[in-house]
Amino acid sequence: MNSEGGPTALSQTTSIRPARTFTANRALQQEEGLLFEIGRLDVTGVDLEEPAAFVPRLGGLERAGAIGLPGLSEPEAMRHYVRLSQKNYGIDSGLFPLGSCTMKHNPRLNEKMARLPGFADIHPLQPQSTVPGALALMEMLSHWLIEMTGMNAVALSPKAGAHGELCGMMAIKAALAARGEHERQVVLVPDSAHGTNPATAALIGFSVRSVPAGADGMVRADAVKAALDGDVAAIMLTNPNTCGLFEAEIVAIAEAVHEAGAYFYCDGANFNAIVGKARPGDLGVDAMHINLHKTFSTPHGGGGPGAGPVVLSAALAPFAPAPYLRRDGWGLRLVEDSAREGDHAPFGRLTAFHGQMGMYVRALSYMLSHGANGMKQASEDAVLNANYIRAGLSDLLSQPFGDQPCMHEVLFDDAWLKGTGLTTLDIAKALIDEGYHPMTIYFPLVAHGAMLIEPTESESKLSLDLFIATMRDLALAVKAGEKERFLSAPRLSPRRRLDETRAARQPVLRWKPRAPLPQAND
Amino acid sequence: MRYLPLTAVERLDMLAKIGAASMDDLFVGIPADKRLPGLMELPAGRGECDVERLLNGLSAQNKAAGDVPFFVGAGAYRHHIPASVDHLIQRSEFLTSYTPYQPEIAQGTLQYLFEFQTQVALLTGMEVANASMYDGSTATGEAVLMAHRLTRRSKSVLSGTLHPHYRAVVETLSHMAGDHVEALAPAIAGRSEDILAAIDADTSCVVVQSPSFYGEIIDLRPIATKAHSVGALLIAVVSEAVSFGLVESPGQLGADIVVAEGQSIGNSLNFGGPYVGLFATRQKFVRQMPGRLCGETVDADGRRGFVLTLSTREQHIRRDKATSNICTNSGLCCLAFTIHMALLGETGLKRLARLNHAHAVRLADMLRDVKGVEVLNHSFFNEFTLRVPGDAATLVEALAQAGVLAGVPVSRLEPECPHLNDLLLVASSEMNSDDDRHRLVAAMKKVLA
Repeated sequence: MNSEGGPTALSQTTSIRPARTFTANRALQQEEGLLFEIGRLDVTGVDLEEPAAFVPRLGGLERAGAIGLPGLSEPEAMRHYVRLSQKNYGIDSGLFPLGSCTMKHNPRLNEKMARLPGFADIHPLQPQSTVPGALALMEMLSHWLIEMTGMNAVALSPKAGAHGELCGMMAIKAALAARGEHERQVVLVPDSAHGTNPATAALIGFSVRSVPAGADGMVRADAVKAALDGDVAAIMLTNPNTCGLFEAEIVAIAEAVHEAGAYFYCDGANFNAIVGKARPGDLGVDAMHINLHKTFSTPHGGGGPGAGPVVLSAALAPFAPAPYLRRDGWGLRLVEDSAREGDHAPFGRLTAFHGQMGMYVRALSYMLSHGANGMKQASEDAVLNANYIRAGLSDLLSQPFGDQPCMHEVLFDDAWLKGTGLTTLDIAKALIDEGYHPMTIYFPLVAHGAMLIEPTESESKLSLDLFIATMRDLALAVKAGEKERFLSAPRLSPRRRLDETRAARQPVLRWKPRAPLPQAND
Repeated sequence: MRYLPLTAVERLDMLAKIGAASMDDLFVGIPADKRLPGLMELPAGRGECDVERLLNGLSAQNKAAGDVPFFVGAGAYRHHIPASVDHLIQRSEFLTSYTPYQPEIAQGTLQYLFEFQTQVALLTGMEVANASMYDGSTATGEAVLMAHRLTRRSKSVLSGTLHPHYRAVVETLSHMAGDHVEALAPAIAGRSEDILAAIDADTSCVVVQSPSFYGEIIDLRPIATKAHSVGALLIAVVSEAVSFGLVESPGQLGADIVVAEGQSIGNSLNFGGPYVGLFATRQKFVRQMPGRLCGETVDADGRRGFVLTLSTREQHIRRDKATSNICTNSGLCCLAFTIHMALLGETGLKRLARLNHAHAVRLADMLRDVKGVEVLNHSFFNEFTLRVPGDAATLVEALAQAGVLAGVPVSRLEPECPHLNDLLLVASSEMNSDDDRHRLVAAMKKVLA
């Protein structure tokens, strides 16, 4: 999750003259053209035999013209994509304190396990009798997720966090329909929520009623009660919330919601703070998605693929979508259709096949490696690291809700930048020059110019000390009026600030053969 | 714990700097009676060696496709993946990066997304494509919602050519959103359906899959003409991306939105996921498109660069007014697709597609020798429908016991259509040897005897 507020325009960014080279390369930083500029239509990096002559049976719908797809030989492809990779920042490159995104270490054991042929090279529709190990793995993962959350059931198939939200809200809609309460069309969403929450609710026909956050960043039970009535289907609440705080009145909120006949959807994006410390099931949650790519270390991969299994309370469990696991007289099997079976009345199907198996293997590998003790320690270290950064910066930066212990992420705002002519964005861009990925900025919306820092448990003390020292140096530079360091940043990255306004006004979304672009101003 | 860098001494030192007496002091925000007192009732952590042993054991219980003659398809296909693809997608800077919200240090991701979008637009014959969806089925659901936004109508017509899981995804989403779906009966190979009659002035979109779930290649042109004549859109679905190399593109045949499952280029079977959904459409519809889009621009020094763009469609800006709730693409799977496609190029893709078709034609001919077995298709790409004597699911199970994974019984996806119980989908690709085909035919003869 991230939000940049407004698009970046270039008016405030000073141009600087880069060290000039003939190639425009800068030693290890190599300029790289597009595939379409370096590939050729008659080149292929895959050796395939040409089939013997045969009569096609394509019903006369054979492709007539050229596609226009260039090819690369293998060495060209290696160089092209390795060079592109070198323009990216990853967790393996350095501290990646992107709040709400939980950029923790991605163990390579997980990658190795996911590639075992018995997991990677099995088809979702080969007979279930030939994949007992895969079903057992899904059952084991389900057991761990249910135990960790104190819930009753889990729907594994959602493909990402937002897809999990959709799954949970569909289960709620189905449960209400089963109760005959179709009039419940309103979903309560606090102002501090991720944008996916209101978008999910709206996608399936709910209208959104917002609940303001209190002066301390928390949602008050009184505010929820004031918003509850017979039209309310559910509340969508993130806990720990997007300000990095555990919702103090969550139990009272859950009780009020249930008393009003509604359900409690919890956005589990921040589960990493509380694994082994508290269980959503004990707090009154009815449904919660778990981002396997956050809490359970499956790689973010530049934006996916994710996985968003949803744990469900006893009230919602019967409505979980197909497919679902069932252990009965026939042993363990996956029920693939959504016809009612016994007490199970699935609301339908969210995706083809069975969900993100590759991510299940990775997440289970993480869980087995940590165990109950390791996961508790991981949560504690994540929270400790965030508080250590808070303690190291609280005298220089401002916090919207005062200096109080946080969970796994610490929220600052831009009050400390007032009158300096600099913005949160400028701080973020200056961090890039210092070798860091910036924190989440301009989210949550309840803090002005938010900077949300989540170090995760993967950082060493040494790494945190250097980050704190860097942030302090930047803060002191701000106070000293060194505007140029910020306004011209980043100066050292593969690209400097990009013109997002131009990209949106004149969208160029694909390559087309055309005249060369304007050259650099030198 | 090998993944946690802090030592006990460092933790104490840090707690002191924070001014906390103990770790528990940091968790005071959790109501005291809701804090877990001890450890969760789960096993203790294990070393790498132990985890490998356990997971190797589970993996070994499964029959991997590579160990047997393998003809299973129905929306997920096993093709050869060049070794360099998996190496490249595991580059740390690709594997461990986030969504490219800070474009200055994410040009690698952004440039391959731009390449991917261009490849998908070219393959589908459309003007623009997005940076990928979760998979083909969810892309189909999103396409229907997009058509409703564009036409301001709310009825979709689903052809019987559509994969039953895709149909279920659209039905679930539409039911929840209060939209209307008219799903036609399964259009089994060799028979035509009267889809034109189902399209009327209330129709927002018509969804047709080609090659169909049953393998038949569908002429989309008359359907596009009829749809357009009543102001409806044609959504074309492709569940085997390799077919783009040989079959005319849906864009050329009049589709307004093309969605596809991209798994079969660059991605393993993975028991169903993660996969990668392709989504392409006309330029004029781009602002109603779901999902991330990468666009070209310039940086402060005038150099070409790429950014995520048109994000005012998206949930993090528009919240409940967004075009979709989607907040992710299928990054690494999309990268695997892009790299494999770059290695193939036009020459390689077309050859791969011809090879697949040739293998399937050969297999279809060989299966005619099996008594009682009939190939139903008039046309097909690399998968076709067989009518077999008796129950196809029983046959597949028996063949599996005999060491051949023969295909997908239609009844597995259409359990409520008993009249389809004798249908079997069989796919053949460049991965099958002549020996594989002979073993399938021999095993089938033996089991059916």
